[in-house]
Amino acid sequence: MGTAHHEHHDLHAQDLGKEHAHDDHHHDDHHHHEESFITKYVFSMDHKTISRQFLITAVIMAVIGMMMSILFRLQLAWPGEKFAIANALLGDKWAPEGILDPNMYMGLVTIHGTIMVFMVLTGGLSGTFSNLLIPYQIGARDMASGFLNMLSYWFFFASSLFMVMGMFVEGGPASGGWTVYPPLSALPQAMPGSGLGMTLWLVSMSLFIVSSLLGGLNYIITVLNMRTKGMKMTRLPLTIWAFFVTAILGVLSFPVLFSAALLLIFDRSFGTSFYLSEIYIDGHALDNMGGSPILFQHLFWFLGHPEVYIIILPALGLTSEIISVNARKPIFGYRAMVTSILAIGFLSFIVWGHHMYITGMNPFLGSVFVFTTLLIAIPSAVKAFNYITTLWKGNIQFTPGMMFAIGLVSTFVTGGVTGIILADSALDIPLHDTYFVVAHFHIVMGLSAILGMIAGVYHWFPKLFLRQMNKNMGYIHFWLTFIAAYGVFFPMHFLGLSGVPRRYYTNTAFPIFDNLQDINEVVTWFAILGAFAQVIFLFNFFYSMFRGPKSPQNPYGANTLEWTTPMAHTHGNWPGAIPEVHRWPYDYSKPGAEKDFIPQTVPLAEGEEDGGGH
Amino acid sequence: MEFLIYLILILAAATIWQIMRVVELSNDLKGNDPNKVTENDNRMNGVLMITFISVMFIWVIWQLFEYGSRTLPRAASEEGQRIDDLMNFNWYIVIAVFFLTNGALFLMAYKYYGRDKSKSAYITHNNKLEMLWTGVPAVVLAVIIFWGITLWNDVTQSEISKDVRRVEVYSKQFNWVARYSGADKELGKASFRYISATNELGLDSTDQHAQDDIVVGELYLPVNEDVNLVFRSQDVIHSAFLPHFRAQMNTVPGMQTNFKFKPTITTADMRKDPDVVGHIAEVNAIRKAKGEKPIVFDYWLLCNKICGASHWNMKMKVVIVSRKEYDIWLAGQKTFGGAKTAPVTAEASGKEKTDTIK
Ligand code: HEM
Ligand SMILES: [Cu+2]
Ligand SMILES: [Cu+2]
Repeated sequence: MGTAHHEHHDLHAQDLGKEHAHDDHHHDDHHHHEESFITKYVFSMDHKTISRQFLITAVIMAVIGMMMSILFRLQLAWPGEKFAIANALLGDKWAPEGILDPNMYMGLVTIHGTIMVFMVLTGGLSGTFSNLLIPYQIGARDMASGFLNMLSYWFFFASSLFMVMGMFVEGGPASGGWTVYPPLSALPQAMPGSGLGMTLWLVSMSLFIVSSLLGGLNYIITVLNMRTKGMKMTRLPLTIWAFFVTAILGVLSFPVLFSAALLLIFDRSFGTSFYLSEIYIDGHALDNMGGSPILFQHLFWFLGHPEVYIIILPALGLTSEIISVNARKPIFGYRAMVTSILAIGFLSFIVWGHHMYITGMNPFLGSVFVFTTLLIAIPSAVKAFNYITTLWKGNIQFTPGMMFAIGLVSTFVTGGVTGIILADSALDIPLHDTYFVVAHFHIVMGLSAILGMIAGVYHWFPKLFLRQMNKNMGYIHFWLTFIAAYGVFFPMHFLGLSGVPRRYYTNTAFPIFDNLQDINEVVTWFAILGAFAQVIFLFNFFYSMFRGPKSPQNPYGANTLEWTTPMAHTHGNWPGAIPEVHRWPYDYSKPGAEKDFIPQTVPLAEGEEDGGGH
Repeated sequence: MEFLIYLILILAAATIWQIMRVVELSNDLKGNDPNKVTENDNRMNGVLMITFISVMFIWVIWQLFEYGSRTLPRAASEEGQRIDDLMNFNWYIVIAVFFLTNGALFLMAYKYYGRDKSKSAYITHNNKLEMLWTGVPAVVLAVIIFWGITLWNDVTQSEISKDVRRVEVYSKQFNWVARYSGADKELGKASFRYISATNELGLDSTDQHAQDDIVVGELYLPVNEDVNLVFRSQDVIHSAFLPHFRAQMNTVPGMQTNFKFKPTITTADMRKDPDVVGHIAEVNAIRKAKGEKPIVFDYWLLCNKICGASHWNMKMKVVIVSRKEYDIWLAGQKTFGGAKTAPVTAEASGKEKTDTIK
């Protein structure tokens, strides 16, 4: 088939019906049902379009979240100083004369956290890459249900909208922290943000949970049922394993968050007392009796802990693939990697109590959670060591994606080791809710996942937008980002070890912290550098989307199936039959092979063993 | 400050723009595919990787000394000292793993940067190696788990004898109140329903034990004696954080929580601790430069659970004194019964009491 023919085909075979999705005949017969702009770009059911929708929404949300962090970082470094930018962005009510209002400080911290955790690194990360790569890499024409997939995006979109809307209501956005512990979040008398702002937060999160469930069920079913011939589970790329386990975690844990939110809505609006008891506030003794605020924390963290793995696993999956491709070497210990993902997935459900050591939870339970939590360090360590050994004796191609992937491994280790300290309940006593925790979770989860996500964007940009991002801008972006990342979060450990609590508007009430102010200034300077670096990225991203050089079909010499599809947004992915898979995805630099990669579609030679086994 | 930030940003942008142009131009001249990674790119980034981690390590070591010296002074409680011992043991492991693993990562990245002529080794797995790095962490973690759980049980679950002094610490937006039992050594009953302007803890004035209770805004404790702090909260969750004693417990409305510890260093002695003397000198030098009043060292109880707009300013001074000074101090305080202006009864102080609490 000639190229011209392909092009033609790509443009017109948009509305491949469900019945065509599985059959193997060549689609030489042209479908001439034109699609409108609306069905093609807006209410699209195509996994690639949905993936791009998720990505662009997440990028916008990330910019908002980052701006918020700069605003509150300015306040922390130079409390009481006037910043015209704060006034320009927040107005006279929340930043009179450019000095941030304490309630707005809390609001910014809360919405920043929520946006980063849920909109960017859950919806954005899984939504973009599970959608893009699951059908591509397992050899499917699309997701099991394109319609539910489309709904998943639009629920996500609505959820993001409500979250941002909260910023503009009377009383300000939800401001009880992203964990929204009641009674603080349940009682508007306790803080202005617990009024309408909190209601919008709950609406937003409910929509988000729906989106996440629709997406997750789709991912699970697609991976289980729609793999192409020869794609055994043991031949799945690690990306897919990661997305698959992530989706299972989400489907099992998000409903619990939903119930937590629902009970909170009842307490707020219908006078129930699930979380409230014996409260005297604003001059009144409330009628609510018998509830338990601790119950909320159990429900919240039953999701909350798996949630951090929902964030990190996809990033690790992307990294596994990127590191192997660019080291031109098989991923080290494929089976151990899969086992680790499964172990982490399982263990993540029985560790939630480590967030609650000093809440008044029964201390015996604390010991149990110490045990389970420290167990999870083992599969995590295995993953880190396996990445390093994958580089060993490799021939590393430093694409920008590869640089970010290596950055992820570094932050995953650096943030992971401090987890050993926090997991130890006795050591958590003096560190809980201090800046040490802020340092720990940003490095291990925030940075790692963000670096992994950016790595994925660079690496799969050709599959997302058919073009390439500029390499040199990518390098500058990486180095500035990476330096800023450690610059922001490493010194925070010492603030925590000095006893500085998190979620403080300023430390000026405690003169004993006065000699830590220069640390706070250093952190803010690095935060500004980090934000600056992202401007370079944004420019590169949007510019390359339209004007970047066209990408060749398989720019990195990779084995997985997405690179066997043409560089076009073909509906149904493969213009012809879906390829059959004959080997694992990591045959890089295999001795005896003529090139340094052997795509999964190449049959095993006589007597050749499939890789990855033991 | 803001102007300075913008100036720096503009200069940085201009520099990067220039660098980009030079790089792109030289690429154009060579006629290269601009986005193909070349051996030059690999070498440059490989070298940058090893440079980065070297500088990072030096910076981390600098921080360990410079910022590390500003962290909390030695623990002022028995439990705190034990926590610090375990903490230090963990630090050895954590710091070693941090340096070794990051070092190995960036060393690999540098050593194996891509050359046009080389090829990777085909290594899929190595069971022995993988057993090793599953086994070694498992053993180390077993030690940490065992030690950690033992300590945790001792600190939080040991039997508290009847003789241990109970002091109530009460939280509300946005301050702390302490309550001592009087001569009868028993804290009187209290309920949120009795709260009023003159009775901010909601003590039950019909309860005999409440009459001699002492309600104060500072936490005095005798040195070298166990104390069991029992916590209640009026409105939302707060957290009583006593960093110098390595003690912390959330205060939860509708529930009583507690934390037992034994202070070992009086405030007066801590003020003479060389570490603390240095710290306070540093702080006062900074304050002097800003024209602020000098401070002396004190223990503080901070709120450490987000609780509203003034969360950052919710604190109580903690004073550790000898038993003798403590007894004198306590004897000098007014009792609840004595301080009362009018008798508050359960009926009188009901829900109709409004807007008085501050
Ligand atoms: C631009 C880089 C970032 C900076 C400078 C930054 C800084 C901060 C700071 C200073 C806080 C407040 C800590 C406190 O007072 O308790 C915070 C909170 C938080 N950040 Fe970030 N952050 C950044 C990126 C991220 C990312 C990528 C994530 C994704 C996980 C994230 C997640 C959170 C969360 C969950 C919180 C807690 C919010 C809460 O307390 O409710 N941040 N961040
Ligand atoms: Cu957790
Ligand atoms: Cu508080």
